[in-house]
Amino acid sequence: MRNARFSLLLAPLAVALGLVVLVVGAARSPRYPIPPMPQESELADALGTGGKIDQFFAERWNSLNIHSALPADELTILRRLSLSLHGTVPSLEEIRRFEADGEPQRLERWAIQLMNDRRFADYFAARLARGFIGADGGQFIIFRRDRYTEWLADGLHENRPFDDLVREMIDSKGLWTGVPSTNYVTQAFADGVLDQNKLAGRTVRAFLGQRIDCAQCHNHPFADWKQGEFQGLAACFGQVKVSGIGVEDDAEKKYEVEDRMTLKTNVVEPAVPFGKEWWPEEGTVRHKLAAWVTHPDNRRFERAIANRVWGMVFGKPWMMPVDDLPNPPASPDAPRDLLDLLGADFREHHYDLKRLVFVITACRPFRLSSQHPAYETGENSDVVDANWAAFPLVRLRPEQMIGAMLQSSSIKTIDQNSHLLTRTIKFFRQQDFVRDYGDLGEAELEDRSGTIPQALLRMNGEFARDVAKTNPANASGRIAGMAPTDAAAIETVYLCCLGRRPAPAEFAFFIKAGEENGKVQRALMVEDVYWALLNGPEFCWNH
Amino acid sequence: MAPSFAGITDFLNGTVLAAGVFRSKNSPAESAVPLTERREHSMFNQSFDRRDFLRAAAAAGLWFSGTPLVGRAAEQRGAERGKSLVTFWMSGGASQLETWDPHPGTEIGGPTKAINCSIPGAQIAEGFPLLAEQMHRLSIIRSLVSKEGDHERGAYHLKTGYRPDPTVIHPAIGAIAAKELPSPGVDIPHFVAVGSEPFPARGGYFGDQFDPYRIYEAGQFGANLEPHVEAARHERRLEGLKVVSDSFSKGRSKRLEQTLHQHTIDAALRMMKTDQLKAFSLKDEPAAVKAAYGDTPFGKGCLLARRLLETGVRSIEVAQGGFDTHADNFTGHTLRAGILDPALSTFIRELAERDLLDSTVILVISEFGRSPKINPLQGRDHWPTGFSCLLGGGGIKSGLVIGATDPKGEKTDPTDPIGVADLYATVLHSLGVDYEKEIITPIGRPLKLSDGKKVERLLT
Repeated sequence: MRNARFSLLLAPLAVALGLVVLVVGAARSPRYPIPPMPQESELADALGTGGKIDQFFAERWNSLNIHSALPADELTILRRLSLSLHGTVPSLEEIRRFEADGEPQRLERWAIQLMNDRRFADYFAARLARGFIGADGGQFIIFRRDRYTEWLADGLHENRPFDDLVREMIDSKGLWTGVPSTNYVTQAFADGVLDQNKLAGRTVRAFLGQRIDCAQCHNHPFADWKQGEFQGLAACFGQVKVSGIGVEDDAEKKYEVEDRMTLKTNVVEPAVPFGKEWWPEEGTVRHKLAAWVTHPDNRRFERAIANRVWGMVFGKPWMMPVDDLPNPPASPDAPRDLLDLLGADFREHHYDLKRLVFVITACRPFRLSSQHPAYETGENSDVVDANWAAFPLVRLRPEQMIGAMLQSSSIKTIDQNSHLLTRTIKFFRQQDFVRDYGDLGEAELEDRSGTIPQALLRMNGEFARDVAKTNPANASGRIAGMAPTDAAAIETVYLCCLGRRPAPAEFAFFIKAGEENGKVQRALMVEDVYWALLNGPEFCWNH
Repeated sequence: MAPSFAGITDFLNGTVLAAGVFRSKNSPAESAVPLTERREHSMFNQSFDRRDFLRAAAAAGLWFSGTPLVGRAAEQRGAERGKSLVTFWMSGGASQLETWDPHPGTEIGGPTKAINCSIPGAQIAEGFPLLAEQMHRLSIIRSLVSKEGDHERGAYHLKTGYRPDPTVIHPAIGAIAAKELPSPGVDIPHFVAVGSEPFPARGGYFGDQFDPYRIYEAGQFGANLEPHVEAARHERRLEGLKVVSDSFSKGRSKRLEQTLHQHTIDAALRMMKTDQLKAFSLKDEPAAVKAAYGDTPFGKGCLLARRLLETGVRSIEVAQGGFDTHADNFTGHTLRAGILDPALSTFIRELAERDLLDSTVILVISEFGRSPKINPLQGRDHWPTGFSCLLGGGGIKSGLVIGATDPKGEKTDPTDPIGVADLYATVLHSLGVDYEKEIITPIGRPLKLSDGKKVERLLT
């Protein structure tokens, strides 16, 4: 009797559990065909631009009399692609598939596939958002970073033209939740008041790649008249108002500025500092500003995003800082620099961000080794570095670090197909780790060296221990339990962490170090290999 | 229209020129190596010789034990000792009227009473009877002026001496001291922040390595300082790390050295092993001393600060929160005074007893003060003009009272105003830092460590 009641109770539970298992199973068994070949003409066209860029670099290296590094091997390039497009290292599963893919244009096809993966949109959007809406908390309720980032990620995933996205940011109306692009405007609210100066400075820095913020500063030696021009830009946001229905424009509203010397209030009219012919006749002021910023003749627009994306792909922008570029060469006959080459291709192809990323990843500097005679001797290494004659060594950002550590602790790819639990753990660990590791905020593309707390966190932190410690669920445990030989175990840990195979000296060391009383203690050995790899420079730096 | 158009184009050019002597002007010859020129300042883009490298490593707080020690900082006293900075940060904005600038018996003064202190003729709020006896070792500024009335912006301004600028992040004053005054022989971090607060100090354009090492709860040993495995296995792991690093070093050994990766690890390992770590522990302190500081996180933080100072740590910040009293200001401040009074007074007394006062600049400060007007919730709101701080020790003149605020609260500006930049120029100067030194920031713009002028009256 008791048993019957028990099974009666258990039956629906079992059905529910069975369903969950089935659904999760179905969701987790994606098919992985080899990445398809893109349309031939399109590929040839993009590679054609890549060729022009290669030509640009070849001439540059020639004129400086420096040799470029040798090409990097393809697994290393896959790691770079994965780090810059997904913020993580490739999984063992991906490495095996990549190695098994014998079709032509392997790297090109994989780059495209990585970009069509939702992880690209999510990761790239989060990083672009740093430049577009900053890293501050912003005003409670009316600023929703999460909604904005999701909207931007959707845009990237659907491959919406970038100029279109920017126009929507500058000129959208509605609630910060329903129309997430309005958070671009609400980022500038503090204490319920819109700071038009902040928005003007942000717009020029984010989309035109120049810092004019200092023109609002009184102490600047030439501030008097420049300040007027800065105010003209700020006035472009002068009609914005926020109400219960969200961000709106009030055509009657005047932008007034108090002169601190005379204490008189002046009305400032919207004005732009250059390119007045791009200013349309019709529409609200924000609409006009959006059109002006994204006007095809506004070369700053394409150059700024080219420099930023170059920075996101390499970890280091073409020109530093990422948002303070010199004016574009004025004369039409001036030689076209890299940003012009990339920018023109971007504009001519409907501001297609994925194509821009693709072109950059297809060009020679991205495919070069990070080993170079100059890096060995130190002689001329600054010239090699400055001219991209070798792939730069760049420290992984905190998100990349956590992403790489998490991925290396799993055999399978951690993505949107992963188990909800895995993704939840990933989310929380990411938050904690980024806090402890040190968030770079907006300054994410600047050169940084590591810190002592970071080294301590990697060596002795709880998370690092969990990654290395063998248990039945993680890669460490599975490798220790299932690898046919000790050497195979070591090799697999290397592939999971570094995406390469160990050198003979490395094999020899770890096998010997793992021996105790003449027998290799497999689990301990695997843990120690993990520990050494996660703390090594090869794991912590993009190369 | 034309002149302004030309104007702004010039302006954009002007910015470019002003911003970077390192920037090429797009002539083909010059643009060949723009990055080298523009990034001359960057630690990672120079051709390094050994001296440069050592300098960089030292600046990054990665001094290695092989360097000759100039005597243990802990054993030095008086003039031979390098100067340190201790900032007590009253997070949220402490009310000047309930601390160092009371106006008893006036409408703005509220119920707060004042008591005499050991500075002749000066009074402080009644909640600080113990500190009142130590006040002759400090000076009071009652006329600090700032333009930042928001917590985040105010904290930035009062921690760096600069107002927030979206194009560059300035280093906190503690980071400046740690960078400009290397501490050879100190194997624990040179800039330590105790307690948690929403807007921690940053290394800014000096880099993350100058961020403070954070101790969230004084007495709790720093995090992640113990290896997970026993000593022999830990050693074996380190050997493994060396094998892996050597392998990566092939074909890029110099470049790898410049990343300071291994040196950061070495510094972390030294920190794990060093005897100096015991500075972080309060276990060995006599119960009477602990009691004198008060059994509060802030009291423990002040005791920890004293121990760190003795070990030679260059900058320490101890935070106490809860000052953002928009409602019930008076209860809030009475409670906080009960925490601050024993802690600060014992700290100053102990420093004097141990002959550390002359080598330690002490600053008690907030992001701003609180309004003279008492709001309907019996609270006070943000007030960035005419707020107070205490400072002393380390070559700062003691016993001074600078500036005064209007007892009626009608005049916004205090008499004898002191700007934040000037305060920090003074502090840096008394620490022995050339505050007018220009640093080429990552944006190519040269910036002084402080753009203020030292206040001569405050210097001995």
